[in-house]
Amino acid sequence: MIEIKNIHKGFGDKKVIEGVSASFEAGRCNLIIGASGSGKTVLMKCIVGLLQPDTGAILYNENDFIDMNEEARKEIRQQIGMLFQGSALFDSMTVEQNVMFPLNMFTKKSFKEKQERVNEVLEKVRLSGVNKKYPAEISGGMKKRVGIARAIVLNPKYLFCDEPNSGLDPKTSLVIDQLIREITTEYNMTTIVNTHDMNSVMEIGDKILFMHEGKKEWEGSNKDIIFSKNKNLNDFIFASDFLRDAKDMRMLELRGKMDNERNMDELLK
Amino acid sequence: MHFFNHFGKYLLMLRDMFSKPENMRLYWKELMHQCNEIGIRSLGIVVIISIFLGAVTTVQTAYQLVTPLIPKTTIAVIVRDNIILELAPTLICVVLAGVVGSRIASELGNMRISEQIDALEIMGINTKTYLILPKIVAALIVVPFLVIVAAVLGIWGGKVAGELSGILAPNIYNAGLLEEFIPYNVFFAMSKAYTYAFIISSVPTYFGYYVKGGSLEIGRASTTSVIISCILILLADYALAAILL
Repeated sequence: MIEIKNIHKGFGDKKVIEGVSASFEAGRCNLIIGASGSGKTVLMKCIVGLLQPDTGAILYNENDFIDMNEEARKEIRQQIGMLFQGSALFDSMTVEQNVMFPLNMFTKKSFKEKQERVNEVLEKVRLSGVNKKYPAEISGGMKKRVGIARAIVLNPKYLFCDEPNSGLDPKTSLVIDQLIREITTEYNMTTIVNTHDMNSVMEIGDKILFMHEGKKEWEGSNKDIIFSKNKNLNDFIFASDFLRDAKDMRMLELRGKMDNERNMDELLK
Repeated sequence: MHFFNHFGKYLLMLRDMFSKPENMRLYWKELMHQCNEIGIRSLGIVVIISIFLGAVTTVQTAYQLVTPLIPKTTIAVIVRDNIILELAPTLICVVLAGVVGSRIASELGNMRISEQIDALEIMGINTKTYLILPKIVAALIVVPFLVIVAAVLGIWGGKVAGELSGILAPNIYNAGLLEEFIPYNVFFAMSKAYTYAFIISSVPTYFGYYVKGGSLEIGRASTTSVIISCILILLADYALAAILL
């Protein structure tokens, strides 16, 4: 479990995060959503330690990450896996070498054992047979899956995904979302996903934290989101006419005013 | 103010790169990789430049020494001392600042922009130790070696040019090489080589490691690192000459 308490972060005079507190439970997909510039990436970078918050506390299983010495931080970091927006694969290494890198760095396993583990995680992300390919030779969706494989190869307790679906088509996005959910549940990880992909929000948003102008604006689940009366959240989630209509239809459906045939005439009345 | 910011950050980077490696074997592998990248891959250009440097120095020295009062062995003495004291260490390192420096800055800049450095940080790896230290140590190992190669080939190039152009016979050239040889000059050349090796590896790592923005900024960082390295080499050249000679 990860808890953040009253996080503040600014760059010069500009305040990017203002007093955000939340808790992220294990075995669930926790989503941080918000418009571009709302501070969600900065918040995630603070949580993983790539940025130092100005004030506040970040607790990994009740251990304060900010007050830890460098050695203790390293230990926590070795329990963290992260999927980056651009996958962040090492260009000069093959898929196999990329996934094997954390094993080479932090374990004393034999090459055969490491190779077995690499094949296991590549199979988990449904990427068998690409071991010898370089990142430049595979598609964006495959790169993301290699990124996930590298993130989970050491069996981390915490998984962070920064915009896992950016640049992917809806179908591939869904595959990535389902993969994240599957891994989270199977390994009981504390997963935090930073996204503004609405399909992901609806698909895997067990817990959703909506950021607006650096503040926590709303908190809930994908089941609550449709009933939310928060204007900023509704403006963000249901930005298009199509999605607004879809939301209205769903509301009517849930209140029993509309059958599942989705009668448009009924809706317009 | 801007200068002090950069200088302070540069010193902190150098301080932070000294930490216990997470896995010695991988760090050793990275060091060997960098020795290959910096040393072996620069060998071709070093060989070509140093042979021609020696050849041109011989021809031009002979052109200037027109009086029959000065023995021809003096040409070899001048070529030898010029190459050992200045051309092999300084000129070769200026070339290496371009070849090696731009490669280091672009490599690290690209890693920074594509979040590969962040990925290493998240894994719990000290990126300064893993990415910067092997480059600097590799440069300190291979650059003096390249300078020695350049000096030997430069002197040999001078001999070949002297013979081919009929300026002086090889035996006269060889006799000149042994005249008034001061071993301290080799120590001086090596002092320069180590100083420049540190400059041409640490300055580009700084500019590459802290790059912000996109591909345009990587190019800028690369160019800036080469310019700053060249200026620092020339400043160090003067300082070392003033102190050590």
